[in-house]
This record gives sequence, C-alpha cells and structure tokens, in this order.
Amino acid sequence: MTPSRVSRITLRTVALGYLAVLLAAPVGLVFYRTFEHGFGPAWQAVTTPEALHAFWLTILMVLVAVPANTVFGVITAIALVRHRFPGRALLNAAIDLPFAVSPVVIGLALILVYGEGGWFGSWLADHGIQVIFATPGMILATMFVSLPFVVREVMPVLREIGTEQEQAASTLGASSFQTFWRITLPAIRWALTYGVVLATARALGEFGAVSVVSGKLQGQTETATLFVEQRFHQFDLTGAYAASFVLAMLAIATLLSMNLANRRKRVAS
Amino acid sequence: MPRPTGAAHGRGAAGIYLSLIVLIPLAAVVSKGFDNGWDGFWSAATSPASVSALKLTVVASFIVVAINGVTGTLIAWVLVRDDFRGKSIVNSLIDLPFALPTIVAGLTLLALYGPRSPVGVDVAYTRIAVGLALLFVTLPFVVRAVQPVLIELDRDMEEAAASLGAGPLTVFRRIVLPNLWPAILAGVALGFARSIGEFGSLVLISGNLPFKTEVSSVFIFGQIESDRVAAAAAVSVVLLAISLVVLLAISALSRWAGRHDA
Amino acid sequence: MPKSPSRIRIAAVAVALAALAAGVAACGSSDSKLSLVVYSTPQEAYEQLIPAFKKTAAGKGVGFNQSYGASGDQERAVEAGLKADVVALSLAPDVEKLVKAGKVDASWDEGRYHGFVTNSVVVLATRKGNPKHIKTWDDLVKPGVEVITPNPFTSGGARWNVMAAYGAQLEQGKSKQQALDYLDNLFKHVPVQDKSAREALQTFVGGKGDVLLAYENEAINAQQKGQSLDYTLPDQTILIQNPAAVIKDSKHLKDARAFVDFLRTDQAQKIYAGKGYRPVVPSLVDKSKFPTPPQLFQIDKLGGWSSVTDEFFDPDKGYLVDIEKAKGVPTAK
Repeated sequence: MTPSRVSRITLRTVALGYLAVLLAAPVGLVFYRTFEHGFGPAWQAVTTPEALHAFWLTILMVLVAVPANTVFGVITAIALVRHRFPGRALLNAAIDLPFAVSPVVIGLALILVYGEGGWFGSWLADHGIQVIFATPGMILATMFVSLPFVVREVMPVLREIGTEQEQAASTLGASSFQTFWRITLPAIRWALTYGVVLATARALGEFGAVSVVSGKLQGQTETATLFVEQRFHQFDLTGAYAASFVLAMLAIATLLSMNLANRRKRVAS
Repeated sequence: MPRPTGAAHGRGAAGIYLSLIVLIPLAAVVSKGFDNGWDGFWSAATSPASVSALKLTVVASFIVVAINGVTGTLIAWVLVRDDFRGKSIVNSLIDLPFALPTIVAGLTLLALYGPRSPVGVDVAYTRIAVGLALLFVTLPFVVRAVQPVLIELDRDMEEAAASLGAGPLTVFRRIVLPNLWPAILAGVALGFARSIGEFGSLVLISGNLPFKTEVSSVFIFGQIESDRVAAAAAVSVVLLAISLVVLLAISALSRWAGRHDA
Repeated sequence: MPKSPSRIRIAAVAVALAALAAGVAACGSSDSKLSLVVYSTPQEAYEQLIPAFKKTAAGKGVGFNQSYGASGDQERAVEAGLKADVVALSLAPDVEKLVKAGKVDASWDEGRYHGFVTNSVVVLATRKGNPKHIKTWDDLVKPGVEVITPNPFTSGGARWNVMAAYGAQLEQGKSKQQALDYLDNLFKHVPVQDKSAREALQTFVGGKGDVLLAYENEAINAQQKGQSLDYTLPDQTILIQNPAAVIKDSKHLKDARAFVDFLRTDQAQKIYAGKGYRPVVPSLVDKSKFPTPPQLFQIDKLGGWSSVTDEFFDPDKGYLVDIEKAKGVPTAK
C-alpha cells in the first residue's frame, strides 16, 4: 500500500504524538530523575550489595520463567491454531486469565495452594521443599504473570501464514521437527521475538504478586521491584528511579538482542 | 499430517504446566470465594462498594482497550510501514510500561499529569486518571500483536489492489485490516484482561476514592486488609467470570472476522 | 504437524532448571539467623538497633534476616508460613491475629509495657509554616481545606486517624452522633485516599492537600529525610502503641527473647526516640520534643479495636461505608 506522503506524515505525527504523551514523557521523566543529581548517586544506588543481589534475583526469575513460558507458548499456540480438540475455545480464553487476576490475589492463590496449610502445603513441607517465601514461589508468580504473551503473539501469525508450506515440506518427506525448525519457526520468529520481549519486560517489572510470596527478606528474596519499593519507603527516590532505569535498560537490551538474533537468522537462511 | 502422539504429548505437557501455574491456583481462589457458601459469595460480590468498583473497572477497561485497538494498530503500522529517523528508538521504548515497576509508573504519571503538572494538566484522582494509568500499562499489547503480522503480511495483494485503482484507505480497509483483525483482537483481549487486574500503577494516581475512583483490585486489597479473604476471593471470581465471558466473546469475534474475510 | 520429542525435552530441561533453582533456594534459606519481620517505617531504627544489640553480651554472634513491609502484609505473611522469630508490627490487632493463628503466645501483652516497644500519636502535618493555620480538629473541616488520609479500608494506619478524629470529638464533649457527623464532614474534605500511609505522604509532599493526618514518628521521619512539612499536635489525640513479640515456635527462642528485651532497654529506646518514636519508658520521654497533649486518649476508651473494627470499618455495614458512599454519590454514575 502506498498512501500519499501527506497521509503518511499525518499518521506518523498522530502515532508519535500519542506515544510522546503517554510513553516518552513518563519514561523520560524516570531517566531524568535518575540522573538529576549526576551519575554518581545513581551509580552508587544500584551497586550496593543489596541492589546487586536484587538485580541478580530478578534476572534469575526471568531466566527461568521466560524460557519455560516460551516453550509452553509455542506448543500451546500450535495446538490452538492447528488442532481441534474438546475444550479448545475455553482453553483459548483461559490463556489470558492470568492478567485478569489482581496481583495480590495471585499471591493469595499461590499461598492457598503451595503455602503452609495450602492444598499441596503439607506434602511440600514433608519433603522439605519451601515454595512460598522463597525463590520457587517467586518464580511461580513470575511465570503466572508472564504466561500469556508468547501464546498470544504467536497465534495470529500462525493463523496468518497458513499450513501450505508446512504441508508441502511434510509431503517432501521432512520430519515434523524439521518442518517446525525450517518452516514454522522462521515464519513466527518476529512474533516469538515480541512475545519473549514482552514476557521479559513483564517479568522484570512484576511487583504485586511477587511481593506477596517473597517475604521481602533483604538480600535474599528481594527482587529489583521490591528493592524499588523499599527505596521509595526510605525516601530514597534517586535509588528507586535508578533501579527502575536499570530495569528499563534490561528490557531494551532484551529487545535489541532478540532483534539482532532475528536479523542474523534471516541472513543465514 | 499431524502425528497424534507427538501433538498429544506436547499438549499434555502444556496442560500440566498451565494447571500447576495457573489453573490450580485459580481453582483455589474460586473455592475460597465460596468458603461461606453461595450466600456469602453473593453478598460479598454484590455489596454496593463492590458493585461500584466492578462497574468502574469493567467500563474503564472497555474504553481503554477500544482506544488501544485504534492507537495500537496505528503505532504498529507506523513502526512497520513508515520510515523515519529514530524509528528503532521508538520501537525499543514500546515495552517499557511493563518493565517499569508499577510504583514508579504511578509516581511519574502523577508528576506529569497531577497537581504539580509541568504541562498544566491535572487529572489526578479522577476517573480520567484511572483511564490514563490503564492506557499506559496496556500500551504494548496491541502494538506488539499487530507488528509481527504486518511484517509477515504479503504485500502483493495490496499492490495489486492499488494498481487496480483502489485508494489507500480502501486497500487498508479491504486488504490489510481483515488480515490484522485476529492480531488486533488478541492484543485487545490481553489488554482487557490486564486492565481488569491492574493495581500498582493505579493506586497513586487514582486516589482510590470508594464509589468514585476505586477499582476492583484496590477494593479486593481492602477486603484482604480487613481480613475478609473469602470476600476478596469472591470479588476476584466475579472479575474472572466477567473476563472469561469477554475473552470468549473476543475469540468468537476473532474467529468470525477470520472466516468472514479469508 | 508437531511430533517434537525435542520440544518435550526442552520442556523437561526447563522444569529441571526450575527444580534446581528451587533446591538451591531451599538450601540457602536454612541458616541459624534470627528472622526479624517488621513493618516499614522503623527500618532505620532497626538498622541501628541490630548492631547495638550485637554489641551486648546477649547479642554476641547473633545474625539477622530482616524483612520490612506494610504491617498487615507482614502479619499475613507470617501467618502463611514466613519464617520469623521476632515480629514488630504497627498495631496490636495485627499481633492478636498471630495469637489467633497460633504463632504468638497469648501472654505477649503481659509485662510492664504490655508488649509495646514504642508509642506515637496522630498529628496534623501541614505545609511548611502552616499557611492555613491548622491547629485543631475543627480547622480541618473549614471551607477550602483539603485533608489527606489513606483509605481506611486498605490501610490499617488510616484507622488510627479516623479513630483519633472521632475520639477527639467525644473528648470535646460531643455526642456520638455529633462525632459521626464530624467524620462525615471530614471525609468530604478528603480528595484522595491512598492505599498506604507512605503513599499518602507522597501525595501530600507531591503538592496535594493542606493537611495530612499522620503519625508523629512518620512526620518526624519525613522531616529528617528532608521533606518540607511541619506538624501540629492537636489538644485531643489518640495514643498509638507499636508492639513487638516473639514467635512461640521459634528455633532461637532465647536469642529472640533477648532481642525483644533489648528493645525496651534505655539504649534501644533512645535509638527509637532519635527516629521520632515516643519511648515506652516514661523517664526517657523528652517532654520538649514529645509534649503530652492535654487530652490524650487510648483506643480502649472507644471500645477497643475489635468492637471499633466492626462498628466503623466493616466493609458491608461499618459507619465508614456510609460516609464513603455519601461522599461518592454526587459524582458516581
């Protein structure tokens, strides 16, 4: 489609104006506040042992939750688009439900199941596994809140590309894994990219649910967002903004590295 | 073509994963909601404050995702089809509403559009503020859902239509949009669900005035704080039920749109 | 199409990775330290109290895990299994909930200080220099005055503010109905109800409102942190008492008791006082910094927390629901 230059510029202006008001201004303010008092205080705030541990913990959660959700997401998206099975429509709608649950309730739900006195609580306790108020519970919360992204990003593209190429490949004797790797994956790679990036960003920024199941032990179960809140409570806004800045940078880095991987793959193929 | 065993295995693993992470915990919430029987559930869900919060939440979410559907598609289109300096920077900012801790999102929105607004716009503690916060946290959904489809979209059809004399608007409406519907609706569905459950970014800027700007998640938090876990769970169940109905409707709509135009 | 044994393998690897993380975390958290679960505000006091305790004979070699968060959140976490040896919360009802849950011994409030480690009072925080001359409870309901207080349904702390305002009316000889009418009127002057006391303070220093209902220690803490505000002690106000208790199935009972005892020593009380809390040890209260208001009352005078909670803060039929409803109606759809 080749709209006229005028309409192209109008559309661009409207889109960028909207983004400026809603996105760039708040994000810019975070960046400004981070370095308001110079680089030094911001750097100090995010390099204390407590802060570094919080970042490390957040990254650990991303490294577990996002790959797990990616694998789950691709399998589920393929099942939902390419297969017919009973309960498909319900499953399709249920995928989004994790978002509709208020964060405190997610924490509550996990405690009801995995906590002391919860459904699996005594079994877990008998086996000496602590889930709630320890890293596993926080990972569960992170998985919960970032679960829908990959499924939802991949599904529309899968539907859009259809099955012709896949069928052709399989007629020519490709195994289903080869078909997936050579045909399907390249086609969904951008969707996968954005799914992973969104899930990562969400996992980085999650606060409410993680806060309920973390126990907030300083230097142990404190993630970066919990650290931000704790800094806010101590009137250390520079620290709070600086840590947010780091989270924003981590999200951007994820996007850039995924884009890079994507381009390289395209060159290779 | 599909070898059923493999697909079934994959589905089985996905099902177990979904159950452990989401379905069993949600079942626990539902069961908690009915701790005091059907009557307890009903009275908790239909108390005046709860109904008022539910109404605000659902109406605000609908408005927000409607706006998202339009602006998100537009932004995605500009990011894929347009070309301008700094495009990649804009593209890399899109996901930040998720990565920013909600309290910081609340703080900055309050600083920009609150009582000491540098641009003279003070919407803090009104229903507009609720919408603003929701628009911020749901911004990436539609953009990121539509973007990959637009990238993959075959442009031959569009060019053919254009060469046959169709105007850009007609091409967009007749050729591009039908292909985008499933993606737009997927993004809208996610955004709707997120709006329904959002908490952190709202609490600072909405003011949490009961019957006025208090959304359901804040109401639920208040119930938990008042030691009424069952009532909190009951309101959550209502929200889940509403979401499920809306999501089912959206996916039906999406299937209908897909079939209709394909 | 998808047979994908390899994808199942990937899933298995992911699950294994999660299990590994679980295992590592489970091992890491079992140590012989004293776990301290505290509400948010006194964090800095504890950052000084802990090293001071370690220097005493009883505290030699004792390690600490610390957790800070909203009092209600902390109480629920301990109830749900958060490992704790000592809890320090913002109000007695939160400890009572732990008694009910079997975590704290019912005798926690016996002894000289009834289980409390610090006191405070509800004050009226104003802009620097108090430009609107707000000194009394009546000043809050003058035309054009905006009052900031957190949402009493989400913030346990806000309930102290409500009861202070209500009790102050009774202290001035008003009837119960007049006192309720005052609350009704007061809430018409409240344009924002934040989730927590800290967020209400943020709203206030962010430029909203003329007066903030706050705890004295939080107002002092905010001043120490360079926030620009003043505060007035009204003639009638409520005494706030902050408890600390030992968890009864603690594995380090001796150290936990020693620490709570230490919190009531002169040395510890002075550290608290430095952070804006009123010492529970009467001889240590510096009258110039912490004058006693003429009509200081306790929650017991209003019937105690359990009856007040039902009467005022029941989310279905408490007085506050009607007050909020009356307030919300004109603009509600």
